[in-house]
Amino acid sequence: MTKTAAALRRPGVKTDTRTLVALAAGLVVTLWMADQIEMDLFMAFVLWVLVAVRTIFHESKAALLGTLVALAVWAVVLPFFQDAGGGFLEDATQALALTVMALGLNIIVGFAGLLDLGYVAFYALGALTAGWFMSGFASSAGGGEGFSLLVGEPASNLPGIHFNFLMVILIAVVVTTIAGMLIGLPTLRLRGDYIAIVTLAFGEIVGRLVINGDEIVIGGQKLTNGRQGITPVDKIDLPGLAPFTGLELRPWYWVALALVAVVLFVNYRLRDSRLGRAWIALREDEVAAASMGVPLVKTKLLAYGTGAAFGGIAGVFLGSYLNTVNADQFQFSFSIFILAMVILGGLGSIEGVILGAIVLSFINFNLIPDVFNDYPSKVGLDFDLTELSFGIFGFLLVIMMVLRPEGLIPERRRKLELTEGVGSGATTGVGGAGETSYEARA
Amino acid sequence: MSEGNGTALLSAENVTKVFGGLVAVEDVTFEVPERSIVSIIGPNGAGKTTFFNMLTGLYRPTYGRVRFAGRNVTGRRPDLIMKDGMARTFQNIRLFGTMTALENVMVGQNARMRAGLFGSILRLPHVGREEREVEEKARETLAYCGIAESQFEQMSINLSYGDQRRLEIARALASDPKLLLLDEPTAGMNPQESAALTGFMRRLRDERGLTILLIEHDMQVVMGVSEHITVLDHGQKIAEGTPEQVRTNARVVEAYLGKQGEKEAEAGATRQQPGKEGPV
Repeated sequence: MTKTAAALRRPGVKTDTRTLVALAAGLVVTLWMADQIEMDLFMAFVLWVLVAVRTIFHESKAALLGTLVALAVWAVVLPFFQDAGGGFLEDATQALALTVMALGLNIIVGFAGLLDLGYVAFYALGALTAGWFMSGFASSAGGGEGFSLLVGEPASNLPGIHFNFLMVILIAVVVTTIAGMLIGLPTLRLRGDYIAIVTLAFGEIVGRLVINGDEIVIGGQKLTNGRQGITPVDKIDLPGLAPFTGLELRPWYWVALALVAVVLFVNYRLRDSRLGRAWIALREDEVAAASMGVPLVKTKLLAYGTGAAFGGIAGVFLGSYLNTVNADQFQFSFSIFILAMVILGGLGSIEGVILGAIVLSFINFNLIPDVFNDYPSKVGLDFDLTELSFGIFGFLLVIMMVLRPEGLIPERRRKLELTEGVGSGATTGVGGAGETSYEARA
Repeated sequence: MSEGNGTALLSAENVTKVFGGLVAVEDVTFEVPERSIVSIIGPNGAGKTTFFNMLTGLYRPTYGRVRFAGRNVTGRRPDLIMKDGMARTFQNIRLFGTMTALENVMVGQNARMRAGLFGSILRLPHVGREEREVEEKARETLAYCGIAESQFEQMSINLSYGDQRRLEIARALASDPKLLLLDEPTAGMNPQESAALTGFMRRLRDERGLTILLIEHDMQVVMGVSEHITVLDHGQKIAEGTPEQVRTNARVVEAYLGKQGEKEAEAGATRQQPGKEGPV
């Protein structure tokens, strides 16, 4: 920061050289990136303007509120500037669905501090619910005639069970909440790493169940279609709207955006409630929380249940959107993918997790396969970048842990803990750290 | 033995705790009369904190029974015992480090709140009202415990040591307990701060009608504030009574200083062997 820049600085306005250079570089990168991922350049520019305004007037509440409202409007009108069937909208829609999942996992891992490595189980159960209740899979239903509820034309005449999308979401919420609590039960007596192992196993069990479900026959009906997958799955059919198709992706995008909005609302409300405080207390110190009247079992199960429900909602949407529910979608790596979003964005930080989910989704669905995929061959190496996807994610996480362990947009608490709390000398820690500092003082 | 001015609020009968082969607490029976201040003292490792953990439900006694406010609470879940009206602090401060002072005290009221999952999501009118009341109460309690208003929004990990101790008491008080258990509340405090805390304990009893049970090493505090003292050593109750009775009890002196004869012999033989620690 030069002296002139400091002199020019007005309170609450950040215009030092470093910020300005970073913003200028940001503009170049944004436009180049937007061009690569087929994003509308004007919309990319608007996005950059919003970020710039927020950065420069970083202390102004009005600027924050203004940019947030503008960002919401931006997200809603974005599809009008994009090709209705293009790759960008396709990836954006999927990114939003994964954002819903990341927000769900954030409740379990970020708020309540229960490391869950089997989140894919809830995606699988949600998608399977879509497979069961929104396709021709149960071909014998209704005596082979099919059974439908509140759905319009072609689906209502087809064999199988065809329920309305919103009803299937409700069913999935119930199914995954119960599953979430079931997985919670064996972990109640466990802490830390042991919880991770049990959840990991649960994710694997559900994954295997989907693979082998085609050999599990109940009353003449297979449980799943195994690796073949249940396909096609009904497209979303909402009253008052034209049936969704695979060529016009805008409605899909808006439905996904609406799901994100609902989940976001629930997240904020829960975070600032009695339950949210109990989760964070639990994360900080389980023994103290119990002694302060926080019921451990109920609080943990509610964290698992709500987190799982979001996974289920996203699962139903993705089942319908991807038009297939097959076993290869539900692998361990998916759990890690979602967890990486949460960690990259900032554990416990709602805004951060959204950013992390969108960034990682675009890296995974767009940058690696479409933009950088042939770079290794350009320099004479004989492989595609897609083969290295998870290596790249791992590398990104390592970089993050070194440079910015609190995540892209840190939760207020963790930020304070990592930058101000520890090491300021005047503090006593909690738990184990507290003990040592007590010893030192006593 | 001096009787308090009421019936027993808390009583332990033959409480025993065994960890593997180690008997941490052995057959301890004692009572805390209502609206009294009672202390448990004893050398390090005497089993005081283990005993506390059994009273508050963190450990289940291997043998024996704990009664609180007319109800058998042996092995009851800690959060339910808290709800029954028994709140505690910890020997090693255990605050929720990344939560603000205010939030810490609000968590302390968790057991008194009724907001559920859906009520919280929809922010029903009664949930919003409850939230405001709880925050108001938290502010009052913090002020009552002598924490400056400028510290309310600070993360508890960043508070000064004294404020952290006070905050722990505030967090316990917020639930309007009948009985307050303090585990070495003056550890690490200077004499002035200890004296202030002693006065504060009396105020709690007189103004709020609280019963207080404390573990304490600082004999100035113990002798000054307690009506009744129980002494533990090697997990066993070796004496109890008024401060005066305990001070002159031969077994207590022995537990803290070693046997008279032994001590002289030791002093004669070598000066390197330290005696049992703990001030008297």
